[in-house]
This record gives sequence, C-alpha cells and structure tokens, in this order.
Amino acid sequence: MNRQRVAWTIVLPSLLLLLLASIAAGLCVGEVCFTPLEAARLFTSPGEDAVTFVLLRLRLPRVLLGCAVGGALGLSGAILQGVFRNPLVEPYTLGISGGASVGVSLAIVLSLRAAWGGLTLPLAGFAGALLTVALVYGLGTRRGGARVESLLLTGVMISFISSSLVMLLMATAKSEDLHGIIFWIMGALNETDANLIRLVGVASLLSLLIACFHAPALNAMRLGAEPARQLGVNVGRHVRALFLLSSILTGACVSVAGLIGFVGLIIPRLVLRAVGNDYRALLPASFLGGAAFLVLSDIIARAIIAPLELPIGVITGITGGVIFILISRASRKERP
Amino acid sequence: MNRPPAIELQDLRCGYRGRVVLDVPRLEISPGEFTAVIGPNGSGKTTLARVISGVIPPYSGVARVNGRDISRLSPRARARALAVVNQSVEALDMPLEDYVLMGRHPHRPPYRFFETAAEISLARENIRLTGLLPGNTPLDRLSGGERQMAAIARALTQQTGILLLDEPTAHLDIAHQVKILDLARRLNRERGVTIVLIIHDLNLASEYADRLVLLDRGALLVSGAPFEVLTPSLVESVYHTPVTVLPSPFSGRPFIFPAPGDSALHPPASTVPVSRWQRKP
Repeated sequence: MNRQRVAWTIVLPSLLLLLLASIAAGLCVGEVCFTPLEAARLFTSPGEDAVTFVLLRLRLPRVLLGCAVGGALGLSGAILQGVFRNPLVEPYTLGISGGASVGVSLAIVLSLRAAWGGLTLPLAGFAGALLTVALVYGLGTRRGGARVESLLLTGVMISFISSSLVMLLMATAKSEDLHGIIFWIMGALNETDANLIRLVGVASLLSLLIACFHAPALNAMRLGAEPARQLGVNVGRHVRALFLLSSILTGACVSVAGLIGFVGLIIPRLVLRAVGNDYRALLPASFLGGAAFLVLSDIIARAIIAPLELPIGVITGITGGVIFILISRASRKERP
Repeated sequence: MNRPPAIELQDLRCGYRGRVVLDVPRLEISPGEFTAVIGPNGSGKTTLARVISGVIPPYSGVARVNGRDISRLSPRARARALAVVNQSVEALDMPLEDYVLMGRHPHRPPYRFFETAAEISLARENIRLTGLLPGNTPLDRLSGGERQMAAIARALTQQTGILLLDEPTAHLDIAHQVKILDLARRLNRERGVTIVLIIHDLNLASEYADRLVLLDRGALLVSGAPFEVLTPSLVESVYHTPVTVLPSPFSGRPFIFPAPGDSALHPPASTVPVSRWQRKP
C-alpha cells in the first residue's frame, strides 16, 4: 500500500499544484505580462480597460479550455490504454479525431459557417465524431460482449478511411478553405465562446468522476479479460461504457480545440511512472497532468514567436516527444 | 435440510461457435469434497472450468453453484461463491498485495473506492499463509511458482466456499507442484473448502483428490475414488498408451507408470549390467 499512499499524498497534490501554477503562468505570461499580484488585483476589481480585457476575455477562457481539453485528452488516453491493454492506443487511434476532421472539413468546404454562424465548426466536428463513435461501436461490438481487439481494429480502419476523406476534401477545396482546414487540424485553444468552454469543462470533470467509478474494474482487467470476469467484473459492460465515455469526450474536445496530438498518448505513460499502475490514482493523475501539460504548451506556443502564435499541436508533439524519450532513457539506465 | 451440492451440472451441453465440446448429463460435487477432473487434451476439462466459473454460458442444461443457477447469478455474486486459480498469472508490474486484494473486488460495493483496513489485514494474512513475503514485491519479480501461490492467496481473499484450480501446476517444478497441492489439501481439510482441481498429471490427481472425474472427448466417462478410475484398462483405453498401475508406497493410492511403445526394446533397468550405471574408480 506504500505506493498508493505516495500517489495520494504526494504525487496527486503535486500535480494539482503544478496545474495551479501553470494556470497562474498561463494567465500572467504573454505579450502583456502581469505579476501574479497584478493579475489577482484585476480579478478582484476588474476595470474597463484593455488589460482587464486581455486577462479575463482572452487569457482566462484560453487557460480554462486548455485545462478542460488537456485533462480530457489525458484521461481518455489513460482509459483507452487500460481498456485495450495497449500503451500505444490514444484517443485519436479509434478514428474519433478523423470523424471530427471529416465533419469540420465538410462544413468548411460547403461554407456552412456563413449560413449557420459561429458554432458551425464545433457542431460539425462533434457530429462527425459521434457518427464515427457509432460506426466503430456498431461494427466493433457484437451481441452480448465487446471484444476489444475488434473495437480497436475497426477504429484504426475507420481512422484511415476518414483521413483519406479529409485529404480528398482538401484536394478539392478552394485555397482559402484549405487554409481553414489545415489550421483547424493543427489545433488551437482560441475558442472564445464561453458556453462552449463551460460545456467542455463540465463534460471533462464529469467524465473524470464517472471514469473513477470504473477504476477498480480497470485494475482487475489488467489481469486479462477472463481473470477479470472470474473476479466478478462485467468486462463487456465496462469496456462499452468506457469506450463510449472516452470517445464522446474526445469528440467534444476535438471539435472545440482541433487535433491536439500526443497529450493522450504520453501523459498517461508519464504519470504512470510517478503514481504506478493503479487506475484509481492513474486516472485523476492523467487528468491533472494532461491539463497542466496543455496549459504550459499553450504558453510556449504563444510566447515563442510572439506576437505570432505557433500551432499548439506542434508544441505538444515536440516537447512531449522529447520529454518522453529523455525520461524513458533515464529509467532504462536505472533498470537494466 | 441438506446443503445443496457445491456444484451441480444437469444435461449440460456447451462449446464454442455452435460446436458442442462438452456434454455432461449429470455431475454433483458435494460441499467439502476434493475432486480432480482428469482427461486427455481436448476432453473438455478447461471448458468445464469455464462453464463452472461463468466465463462461457452453456448451450443447454443448467450449471448450479451452491444450488443456484450460474447463468442467473450476477458476476459479482458468482465470484463470491467460487474462486478460480488459472494456469498462470500474467507477470505484471503490480504489487503482490494489490493483486491479492483484488480478491475483495466482488465483495466491495462500487461506491467504496479504497480497501478497508480489515481487507488489507486479510490479504496480508493470506500472503503469509502461502509463504510469500513481502507484499510490495511486484508480480513480475516473482517466479511462475510464486505467482501461482499468489493466485491462491488472491483466491483465499475472495473467501469463497469453492476453489476451482484449473491446471494450477502445469508450468511448475515438482517442489511447487507439491507446495500448491498441499496447500489445497490443507484448505480442504482445515477450512472445509470445496476443491475442484483440473489437472493433467494422473498421479498428482490420484494422490490428492478424494474423487476423480474422468472426461473423454467431451463426455463424463467415470467418476469415483482413485482406485476405481485409474485402472490400467480404463487409462489405456482413454489415453491410448500402455501403462502399469501400482499402489503408491506412501499412500497406497494408484500410481501410474507409463510404458512407452518401444519399452520392449529396452530391458528393465535391473538387468542392465552394473558397469553401465556405476562409474568404475
């Protein structure tokens, strides 16, 4: 029980502190820098000036969206890696991102935004994601139970099909539409619609809560499907519930923030080293870690060539990949 | 009123993809019995284990545990009645104690997130009973035999009246085979745990079980005391290999010596010149 105690008394609180620190940094750092004290003063007594606008209308939504999306992606990655017992699975492996991309590209190519207004792209993306989830779920599960292999295979195939469809749409798109598609695919946290951000935030916190109820079953499922069944775990039901939960959550994130890669793949692997394999700690830790990682990455994306912005997907990919390689090399030295 | 049989099969037919591989009209195992299920490869032993443990549903007929139809029991209720030890436990990076505590899973209500102190002390007691220490060793640092002992500790933590051991000694050396089966016998005698042991090794089955159930090509051939089941003619007809059966010098139970097909070519060891066995100084 030592490791569990360490996870709950040291690692999870430190991750929470890290997240709070990155939120503070995300609010303070940028083209206009604040000291934390200034920021706190602006929060308690907001003025009508440009500084308040920057903090409360530009940075706060961005940081909150970063927390929600990063947490959701980290959580989904941890869930799916557990369900499929495969460390290479991530939220985008199952074709959800591809489905959302098809939806968004279609909406851009058909110029639906002009007709339907600002929420067109998120809605189109979410519709595409849901359609993919339904397709993968329908094709990948059979009556009675869900075999994780067939779910995974179906997801990967759907993902290939949808990425080809996106390329087809890009090949036929006008150049300004092409620009829109590419920018969406690279991902960004610049959504400003407060309701949308609230929605994603509530969805990811709620998903974390629901997922934690499945954590003991995920622990048992590490032993394999049959041993888990012998321990009284209704494996099929947990697999289906967790698949739906994580893929719908991913669909929601992707349709708001675009394809921000790598968070769902590496964050669960990274926090696993600190908290161990117990999903009761691993799920919240992946959530906190993913949120902090995305907020920090967004700071880098904004700061590195300010006033211009880099696509956040570039930052998460490069920093995440490098950190991951360094850490896995270091741990290989420890354990020959 | 009499206690219902621990395990009861009635007109049970089951298999995979529509093909029936096990057809048992009737089998009853009483509470407190130590039964071994034997039979050649493909005779349906493991299928029997999977039906009894509720992993696959029967095509027709009923399987009951403690008088209750398995297919009507919830997975959790089933796991509270019967614990299974499989051929092996995957070598995971999971502390031994966490693994043993998994036995509490079917007992823990879904809203209770953490183990209670009582559960932890039960797990530790069972780890001590199986001679494994310390509890924070990850499973992947244990040997195959130690992991099987861990599986038994986990099954004990499940606190079921029935223990189903499916080839628990298949990959183990003789010391671990004896250790595990001795433990099973102790649990059977001291705690009254009903043991169903599925095993290939006829001699271990004969040595440990009170009753043998011989399966052949999906059918229950004979069931009875070791000396009733392990007769040379029966064993030879089921396994298609010549054997000699002698009483064990220790327990008096039947002990089987295989007589390989070319044994006629080799004279018995006693007629081999001594010089071939003893190196001269």
